[in-house]
Amino acid sequence: MSNSNFTRRGALKAGALAGAGLSLPTLLRADGGYMNAPTGSSVTLGFNVPQTGPYADEGADELRAFELAVEHLNGGGDGGMMNTFSSKELTGNGILGKKVEYVTGDTQTKSDAARASAKSMIEKDGAVMISGGSSSGVAVAVQGLCQEAGIIFMAGLTHSNDTTGKDKKANGFRHFFNGYMSAAALAPVLKNLYGTDRNAYHLTADYTWGWTQEESIAAATEAMGWNTVNKVRTPLAATDFSSYIAPVLNSGADVLVLNHYGGNMVNSLTNAVQFGLRDKMVNGKNFEIVVPLYSRLMAKGAGANVKGIHGSTNWHWSLQDDASKAFVKSFGTKYGFPPSQAAHTCYVQTLLYADAAQRAGTFNPCGIVEALEGFEFDGLGNGPTLYRADDHQCFKDVLVVRGKENPTSEFDLLEVVEVTPRAQVEYAPDHPMFAGGALGSCNPGA
Amino acid sequence: MFGLNQKDKSTLIVVAALTLLAPFILNPFPEGSALAQFNAGYPDLMQRFVIFGIFAIGFNILFGLTGYLSFGHAAFLGVGSYSAVWMFKLVGMNVLPAITLSVIVAGLFALLIGFVSLRRSGIYFSILTLAFAQMSFNLAYSVLTPITNGETGLQLTLNDPRVLGQSATADGSIPVTNLLPGLEMRSTYVLDAGPWLFQFNLGYYLCALLLLVAFYVSIRIFRSPFGMMLRAVKSNQQRMNYTGLNTRPYTLAAFVISGMYAGLAGGLMASMDPLAGAERMQWTASGEVVLMTILGGAGTLIGPVLGAGFIKYFENIFSKINDNVLHGWFAILPDGIEDFLVFVVHPFIGKGWHLTLGILFMLVVIYLPGGLVEGGQRIGKYFKRGSDDAQSNDASTKPAE
Repeated sequence: MSNSNFTRRGALKAGALAGAGLSLPTLLRADGGYMNAPTGSSVTLGFNVPQTGPYADEGADELRAFELAVEHLNGGGDGGMMNTFSSKELTGNGILGKKVEYVTGDTQTKSDAARASAKSMIEKDGAVMISGGSSSGVAVAVQGLCQEAGIIFMAGLTHSNDTTGKDKKANGFRHFFNGYMSAAALAPVLKNLYGTDRNAYHLTADYTWGWTQEESIAAATEAMGWNTVNKVRTPLAATDFSSYIAPVLNSGADVLVLNHYGGNMVNSLTNAVQFGLRDKMVNGKNFEIVVPLYSRLMAKGAGANVKGIHGSTNWHWSLQDDASKAFVKSFGTKYGFPPSQAAHTCYVQTLLYADAAQRAGTFNPCGIVEALEGFEFDGLGNGPTLYRADDHQCFKDVLVVRGKENPTSEFDLLEVVEVTPRAQVEYAPDHPMFAGGALGSCNPGA
Repeated sequence: MFGLNQKDKSTLIVVAALTLLAPFILNPFPEGSALAQFNAGYPDLMQRFVIFGIFAIGFNILFGLTGYLSFGHAAFLGVGSYSAVWMFKLVGMNVLPAITLSVIVAGLFALLIGFVSLRRSGIYFSILTLAFAQMSFNLAYSVLTPITNGETGLQLTLNDPRVLGQSATADGSIPVTNLLPGLEMRSTYVLDAGPWLFQFNLGYYLCALLLLVAFYVSIRIFRSPFGMMLRAVKSNQQRMNYTGLNTRPYTLAAFVISGMYAGLAGGLMASMDPLAGAERMQWTASGEVVLMTILGGAGTLIGPVLGAGFIKYFENIFSKINDNVLHGWFAILPDGIEDFLVFVVHPFIGKGWHLTLGILFMLVVIYLPGGLVEGGQRIGKYFKRGSDDAQSNDASTKPAE
């Protein structure tokens, strides 16, 4: 009996037989020629963030940013960065006149759970766009799902080269920077600080983000003369890194690169400091620790241990441009503390999606892709930015930051050392670290 | 019919009706109403219900009949998933070869692990299986990354060979899993019946069909002399050994069958969503199937299916209720009371779904040691009290002493 339901004609017949009350069956809910076309007076966005697991702090902050963005899109609050955004299409009247509603889900920082959650948003709640994710593994998995389903994916915090490299998808877009950009921005700073004769030891979160960041940092530091002593992979779910730190002491390395993020970095850095690595002298040089991807939430988690440690970040609340100030103000007014870089990128992604839909005049993924590809904008906190059409990656300035020695408040933990200009972190779309994938074509899901 | 007695036949018919009509049963609330939040009748979740139902039925053949508590069954699920995804990558997007391979590979893997683990019983067996599963997890997670792609998960790409299919479709995307060319797993018909919306998904019905087959086979095993032998093992293995019977072939057979069920579930998961991640093999995933079986009623036929549905429902429905939804529910109340209620309920929803599930699990284990099936039986008895007290419950195991 099951098979009889699957042809349109069969379903029509069954519907006719069933008689009154049953209207025409629709295929895949694709009324407007694309998946989940909004029919009522509202449009639903799906925010899929880690609420449990090592990136839960980032996820909670992302969720706050999404709520703030929806509030601003619907005309509430003070409008935040909508006032500074170079595109003036958004008027606080929702998107295309439809009120913005949202659903949330927990990715658990696991690809499986994230896909299940995203699927329920698509199949049950009728979301036209999924955003979020605080792990590149999750982002890559959900991006693949959205491509198959015909939904736009606006990546949140994902820093792996693969997201817009070998796993790039036509329906997926990333505002956040990536491992290559971190390495390109950090290397000159590290060279000035620590010289060209160093031995680096990598501890790396064992998944796509860690792998590509390790590769990027190792390549950039080796290019300036550093020697890579060892690269050790650690499980993402690990909470105690002492067994990985101990071997560093006897390896002859004088720099420890922690390719860790979120809770992982908090724990590994704390372990490293407890083992006294920072007070060590190796090869006649002071032992140094580098955290290539940094955030204020991590700095907060690791406390005093971050003082003087260098890393890179996508955005920081202490930036003094109008857009950043406007965002910090409206976020601070609502929640009582400044936003993290995760919150910033998620807020920006939501605004960029809304603006693209507005400019395209449709929620059709293919229209959105067209509107975002090659889109140049400003006024969202990172200076002039380009959404490159070749790989759907944003190109903008990168910040090099350092843990502050004398924080003036519990939020004032990082200071910006250098703003690396966009030109210095750009790369060709077919760069070897990003090769091997293809965008494919946009999929409207119908 | 099918060599079943009257009672088993009616159980099978009930399960068949439940699974085939699930799109209606699971969507009782009209779209747009406040209660629509609790609807579970969308393809992904329905697929999960039946897939984990199959997993739990298989686990129950081992745990319910022989009493051997395996804490490593997720390993077979994971192996099944990886095999299926590799079939999609190398051979083609048809699900039948993929599912077949995952059952075979999981069976072989179970033979290997079972051969070693079954040398011990009781807690030692549990620890051995747990150790093997954690070994498999760590292998998949960090050692065998060329085969498993580690934490990122094994996924399809446009460059896969797919010798019997196509690497990429004409419009440049990855082909989707299908049953026959054109019969895609994801194809869904949506039936708009007034305010209700019912979704009929091909993938779900394939899973449902296999669940029925799996359930039927499980009934036959429960009622067979082989099943009786397994129950004897649970009852008193030593006595069996003293009578000169070698029990190991029986337990090993049960272990392998149970592993093949898990492999089938894993293959189906990959067929519905072509991705395999190492976390499917983690000990928490193994623990989950133990919970499902105990929650539903270990040793009963239908219990594991109920338990699987129960846990997956909480994971997918309760975890998606956020404060915003709560405020929507309590919006008619005065502000102060609204905020208070949201504050009280908050820890139990969203990321707190584990807490709600944990409390319910404790309640079930304390007050209904026989699981949800016992609850159903008690309600049934309450309604026909006095009429037939002598009637024994139909599906539960009775120790052979």
